[in-house]
Order: sequence, then structure tokens, then C-alpha cells
Amino acid sequence: MSFILEPLQYAFMVRGLLAAVMVGIICAVMGTYVVLRGMAFLGDAMAHAILPGVAIAYLLKGNLLVGALIAAAVVALSIGFFSRGGVVKEDTAIGVLFAAALSLGVALISTIQTYAVDLTHILFGNVLGVSASDLWLTVGLGFFVLLMVAVHYKQFLVISFDPVLAATLRLPAELLRNLLLLLLALTVVISLQTVGVGLSAAMLVTPAATAYLLTRRLFPMMLISAAIGAASSLVGLYLSFYLNIVSGSAIVLTATAFFLLAFLFNPRRGVLRMRKI
Amino acid sequence: MNNSFPHDPARLDVENISVAYNETPVLREVSFQIPHGARVAVVGPNGAGKSTLFKALVGLLPLREGRIFIHGKPLGHHLDCVAYIPQREEVDWRFPVSIRDVVMMGRYGRLKWLERPSRGDRAIVMKSLEQMGIANLANQSINDLSSGQQQRVFLARALAQEPHIFLMDEPFTGVDATTQAATLDLLDHLRSKQVTVLISTHDLNLAASRFDSILLLNRRLIAFGSPAEVLRQEHLAQAFGSSMLVTEAGTLLVDECCPPD
Repeated sequence: MSFILEPLQYAFMVRGLLAAVMVGIICAVMGTYVVLRGMAFLGDAMAHAILPGVAIAYLLKGNLLVGALIAAAVVALSIGFFSRGGVVKEDTAIGVLFAAALSLGVALISTIQTYAVDLTHILFGNVLGVSASDLWLTVGLGFFVLLMVAVHYKQFLVISFDPVLAATLRLPAELLRNLLLLLLALTVVISLQTVGVGLSAAMLVTPAATAYLLTRRLFPMMLISAAIGAASSLVGLYLSFYLNIVSGSAIVLTATAFFLLAFLFNPRRGVLRMRKI
Repeated sequence: MNNSFPHDPARLDVENISVAYNETPVLREVSFQIPHGARVAVVGPNGAGKSTLFKALVGLLPLREGRIFIHGKPLGHHLDCVAYIPQREEVDWRFPVSIRDVVMMGRYGRLKWLERPSRGDRAIVMKSLEQMGIANLANQSINDLSSGQQQRVFLARALAQEPHIFLMDEPFTGVDATTQAATLDLLDHLRSKQVTVLISTHDLNLAASRFDSILLLNRRLIAFGSPAEVLRQEHLAQAFGSSMLVTEAGTLLVDECCPPD
């Protein structure tokens, strides 16, 4: 019991836990769309692309989350701009932009004296540095993302599964796609605190991929994914406390362990059985 | 233009439309009127613009020129009255939804933004599944369906939309006999419900025997009217050109195989 309770006597640990669980849930829910719509590369790119925004906010002593949000919006729009009309393929545009943004971010951060420490925090998260206002912002944005997913559940399902039906039903598909991108950007930004730029893609993809192995329905997939995301954050943070390792890595490795378990032992398609393609 | 139902009010009015994917139009200056509840076969060689016509009718492709009216109102005014079944469903068959979920999507056009499906919606979905003979599969995931079953899922979904106009692109190509029979039964069911049906097909015999009228297309409208009016040598020659053979006995042979992949 004291094993569980001991870390909780520190306020920073409690805040970190709450933030991590929240981020785990949001990432996992948005992750179902990332996995089903094949947006993993985009999610990863967006995470890296917010680095310059964070760096500039840091240099100007502004709010890091706000800087990240602006950078995410700029990159999402730029991807649309470069790939418009098929001049450059979308994934090519993503590849070019995210490498450029990452480099720019690192270049900016390298001008800071204590850059090694700061860079580590931004790249891999610093969940134990979550302030009370950070926590409120995370919770607020998180509830906003969840609310939007709940409100647009049917519409997101149709545009993800069958764009032709979406068109015949006259859904505003373009608008919904952009909303999904915006929610993805928000998710990546709030995951910055716990797992950092480098690992937020993993929190998007891994729990959802695990849930995909375990169920064949969308809503249960979201619930299972959220449960795995939350559990990974919780277990990961305790591991990080006791083993004295970076929290982001501990959380992602825990999620990966869940994925491996599901991959090996799930009743329907575990590798012990013949896989049906 | 030949109109075999001059007195009925037209349900679908196509006025001089041209449709293009990029520079060169695939369809040029096509006009026709289809009355309430008619069953029309859309016939023409590969690349004649049959699929393009359907995509234009549901608003998937923009019109270069011309206008489309449904019940006298411009396209897009009635949000849910056209159901469209493409030739090949390009959906991810490993998507985590059940067959019932897919068919329920047909009701989404009628549901408000936050509204959940009502008992009535569920009953319509169940009836559509029964109509297509897949009610026993309702709770199954959509993986591992045969191509015929896949088509029946989409037919059931289109049925659940309760459309006024039903567009099917090549529903008889590459499906099993059960699905073909179910599709033909569906045509009679739709007739009893006074639903206008447009089907593209390569099967001229089927077009001649099971449809009220034929729309013969080759990038422009060649003929539209009853099968007897349309399936004449001069029309077919215009549509099919050299792939048509006229034998001495007066039989017309059209060498037009299934679309290449």
C-alpha cells in the first residue's frame, strides 16, 4: 500500500499523475482516428513541428502551450498549402516540413545556455514539472477534445469509413477533416507536458493499435484505448518514480508492453493463431 | 429528345450538363428527364461516362455546365434523397464496425447533429438487412465478407436511406448468383415503393428485359427511351462503334467486356 501511496505525498507527483492520465486518455481516443485513418505519420510530424513554437515561446518567456498551438496551426495549414493541387504529395510535404520545423526548433533552443536540459524536457516531457495552471489548461483542452469527439462521433465515423457516403449525405467533409486535424494538433500540444514532442506519436498510436487488436467495434475500441492510455500513464509514472527513469519513456514503454501482450495473446488474432489478412 | 413519359412530372431533370475530371470533359451536354418511379438502365461502352454521370448526380463531381433538378429543386436541396452504390466500394473492410453499424450509417443523413438512432431507425435498418438476406449477419464485423455479401451490405444501407432515387453502378458485374437475385428482387421492391432507379450495366439483355427505359451513353447522350426505341442498329453503332458486329440474320453482337482493372 505504501508502495502506491508514497509518491502521492508530493503535490507535484499528484499533479503529474492527473495530467498524465488525462493526456493518456485524450491521446488514446484521438489515436483511434489516427490508427483507422492512417494518420500516424501526420501525428508524429505535427508533434515535431510544434518544436519551434515551443522554443520561441520559451525564448520570449511566453506560455509554451500557446506557442505550441500556434506552431501546430501553421504547420497544418502549410501542409495543405504545399500539397494543394497535387504539386507535392501530402506525405512528402509532411516529411519536408516536419524535418524543417524540427531543425528550426533545435536551432532556436541551442541558443539557450542551459539548452541540454530544456531540450530534454521539451523532447521527452517533464511531467513532474506540471504546474497547477498547466494542469487546468490540460484538463480544459482535454475535455474540449473529448466533447468535440462526442458531438461529431457519427460524422467522424462516416468520413473515416466511407467518404463517398459522406459526400452523398452532404456532410461538410472538408470542414470535418480540418476539425479532426485541429483536434489532433490540440492533443499533441497537451501531450507535450507528459511525453514530450518525441514520444507523443507513440501515445497516439500504441494504445489505439492495442485496442484494435482486441475489439471489432469503434466505440469499444475507443474505451479500451482510453483505458490502456490511462493505465500506461499511471503505471509508467510509478515506474519512473521508483526506477528513476524519464517519465515519458516509462509511459510509452508501458503502453508498448500492453501492445505486445495483446499482439501475442489476444484470443482472435494472436500470433499463436494463423493470422487472416 | 425521346421522352417515353411525357405527361408525368419529371423527378429527375438533367439539363445540358457537362462533367470533367480535369481539362477534357467526360460527359458533354447531356440532357434527360426521368419520371417518378421509373427504372432506367444506363448503357454504353467502357469510358462512356456512366460512372461519371452517377457521380455528378450525387454531387461527387462538380458540373462544368448545366443543372440538375430533383423534384424541381436544384441538386443538394434534398439532403438525403439520393442513394448511390459505387461500382467498387473503396472502404477499409477491416474498419471496426459491424454490418448493422454500416447499414445504420444510411440513417445518419436524417439524424440531427447529436441525435442517436431511434427505435424507428433501428427497425428500418433491420428491415433493410432482412430485405437483402443478411439479417443473420447483423452483428458480425465487416471483415471476412464475400464480395457479394459486401455488395448486399451496401444495398441494405442504400435501402435504409429511404431514397427517392437509387443509383447503382454495375451491380451485376462480378457478384455471385445469390446477390444478383437479391439485387433483382430489390428492383421490384423499389418499384413497389415508387423509387426511381438508375443502374449502369454491360448486360444489354438485362437492360432490354428488366427496365422501362434505356439511357444510351457515349460521352454524350445517344438515345433515351424504351428498350425497343433505343436498341437499334444506328444507335448502337454510334455508341459502340467498331466493337459491334451485325450478322446477316440481323443479330447485333456487341463485344464489350467487363471494365479492365
